[in-house]
Amino acid sequence: MSAIDDLFGRLRAENQKAFIPFITAGDPNLAVTKAILEAFDAQGCHLAEIGLPYSDPIADGPTIQASYTRALADKIKVPDIFSMLSEVKSLSMPRVCMTSYSIVHRLGEQKFLEMSTTSGLAGAIIPDLPLEESPRFAGLCKEHDFSLIQLVTPMTPRDRALRIAENSSGFLYFVSVTGITGTRDSLPEDLLQNVAWMKEQTSLPVCVGFGISRPDHVRELRDVADGLIVGSGIVRHLESCDPANPEETIQKVSNYVGEMIAALK
Amino acid sequence: MSATSQVPDQHGRFGDFGGRYVPETLVHALEQLDLAYREAIRDADFLKTLDGLLKDYVGRPSPLYFAERLTEACGGAQIYLKREDLNHTGAHKINNTVGQALLTKRMGKQRVIAETGAGQHGVATATACARFGFECIVYMGEEDIRRQSLNVFNMKRMGAEVRPVTTGSRTLRDAVNEAMRDWMSSVQDTHYILGSVVGPHPFPAMVRDFQAVIGRETITQAEASFGKLPDTVVACVGGGSNAAGMFYPFVDHSEVELVGVEAGGRSNLLGDHAAPLTYGQPGVLHGSLSYVMQDEDGQTADVHSISAGLDYPGVGPEHSYWKQTGRVNYTSCSDKEALDAHGKLAQLEGILAAVESSHAIAKAMQIATERSPEEKVVVCLSGRGDKDVFEIARLLEEEI
Repeated sequence: MSAIDDLFGRLRAENQKAFIPFITAGDPNLAVTKAILEAFDAQGCHLAEIGLPYSDPIADGPTIQASYTRALADKIKVPDIFSMLSEVKSLSMPRVCMTSYSIVHRLGEQKFLEMSTTSGLAGAIIPDLPLEESPRFAGLCKEHDFSLIQLVTPMTPRDRALRIAENSSGFLYFVSVTGITGTRDSLPEDLLQNVAWMKEQTSLPVCVGFGISRPDHVRELRDVADGLIVGSGIVRHLESCDPANPEETIQKVSNYVGEMIAALK
Repeated sequence: MSATSQVPDQHGRFGDFGGRYVPETLVHALEQLDLAYREAIRDADFLKTLDGLLKDYVGRPSPLYFAERLTEACGGAQIYLKREDLNHTGAHKINNTVGQALLTKRMGKQRVIAETGAGQHGVATATACARFGFECIVYMGEEDIRRQSLNVFNMKRMGAEVRPVTTGSRTLRDAVNEAMRDWMSSVQDTHYILGSVVGPHPFPAMVRDFQAVIGRETITQAEASFGKLPDTVVACVGGGSNAAGMFYPFVDHSEVELVGVEAGGRSNLLGDHAAPLTYGQPGVLHGSLSYVMQDEDGQTADVHSISAGLDYPGVGPEHSYWKQTGRVNYTSCSDKEALDAHGKLAQLEGILAAVESSHAIAKAMQIATERSPEEKVVVCLSGRGDKDVFEIARLLEEEI
């Protein structure tokens, strides 16, 4: 049982849903990332996703791309990110990373896993490692009791969605839209139905992400999804962050996350 | 392990390389594309229509031309040029775009997107889309738009929309990123005409197959012209589509030496060249595992070449396979060597080559010099140089 399995077991027993914020590591620097992770935990976030910036993120929209570019402009290195993560091991919310397989491949799958587990991560989301490319890495993750969270999208045929669900661990990431990350005014009409279908097919928790940025989105989805993932809605607050005086930005992020969590109930 | 032409496997693997490292949103579309492509190439009507277009619209076969004065000047092996520069739109790129446009029509899609570096693939895509009546959007880095304004004008004239890409290094790599992001949202009604043998399966195999007409014609023409296969075949390698198309039909003819020439740029330091097979290592970029220029964290490194078409940090996975198996020798030549070769070919043969192709010419001249006059060296002259006049004049510090 990974920390993520424990979390969803507990939430289900309490009939609660998970709020899962995303933050880019190192935008504008790792001290701010650390402070934001602490703020997430203090606000009662259930799980945090930490983005390891990558130079060519094809699944990401302008907000997260720009955030990755800002982090990389500061010459942030993967080992530094893992060091920072080691310093937040005592937080009560489990943490997973999201990154490109390009980064994992370069480090080596084994080394990436060792660094992840040593720094307290409970799992990873690797959007460009689809089902067919993942068996070897998924096997390694299993040995380390490390969750490899797979994604299902509106373009995924249903029989394929079932195979993906069988091979995912921790939870299943249900992508709300056909497209890239980024805030959206409204969510697709058939989303609730599709999530409900998915939930009937699997015992894994189903969490929805992409495009969720407002409390009314949370209210729309809270009854059907097991958790909601919010990325660009948080990251956009970093655009105006002054690295020398980040307190205002951290407070804004904290308040925003607080409003979103309040909408879960 | 020796190389075979029986690649890739059903997962898009060329030996260790290739695959499909893309977000789940694109997987189903790539499976459908693979299926549609495999059906199309078994359909006699599709192949007949494609052959007709290549003959009457593209102007194939392109000549295999004996470069007599260039040969004399080198004083060694005889140099032959495969004249892809004489194709409609002036480069080999049209072979692929006509094929993929025909496939787009077969799949019932009406909107096409493409990336372009030098603009040759953008022009070839805009051309094919005009011919078939498709909506066409071309992503092009701002830096490349500056370097290749002539091609930008031509694309627009044919009804394409050219979308400037302002992220990253503002070159080919960023244009691929933007095209893929567009496709993430538009995949239901849009086909992405990728311009090189890169990207996720089935693109590397499909683009190679559409370009393999270059090598097939060369075999026939060599036998007609000098009664045997060439001893050596040389092509430039950026993403590697003209080289893949030229080399592939020769892969099982192990007596033919194959030489791929990468952009050596200013120096062998990281950031000064665009030669991943020469200086890089295996990594994942744009959906496949292949040689790539990365830093120690896996971030894509900046690259440099005077040639916008070779200014790319990755290379097609089949080239990595051919490198690993030793079937192709990969080498590089510098910006300066390419410019010099461009001038030599212009003055000795009256042919203005693209600066990309000039890399292959430079290496072929070196090889020819070291070989006996009985040997035949064929160079793929992948494109003509009209698009490069302003950039070359700028580099030579001459005013036009």
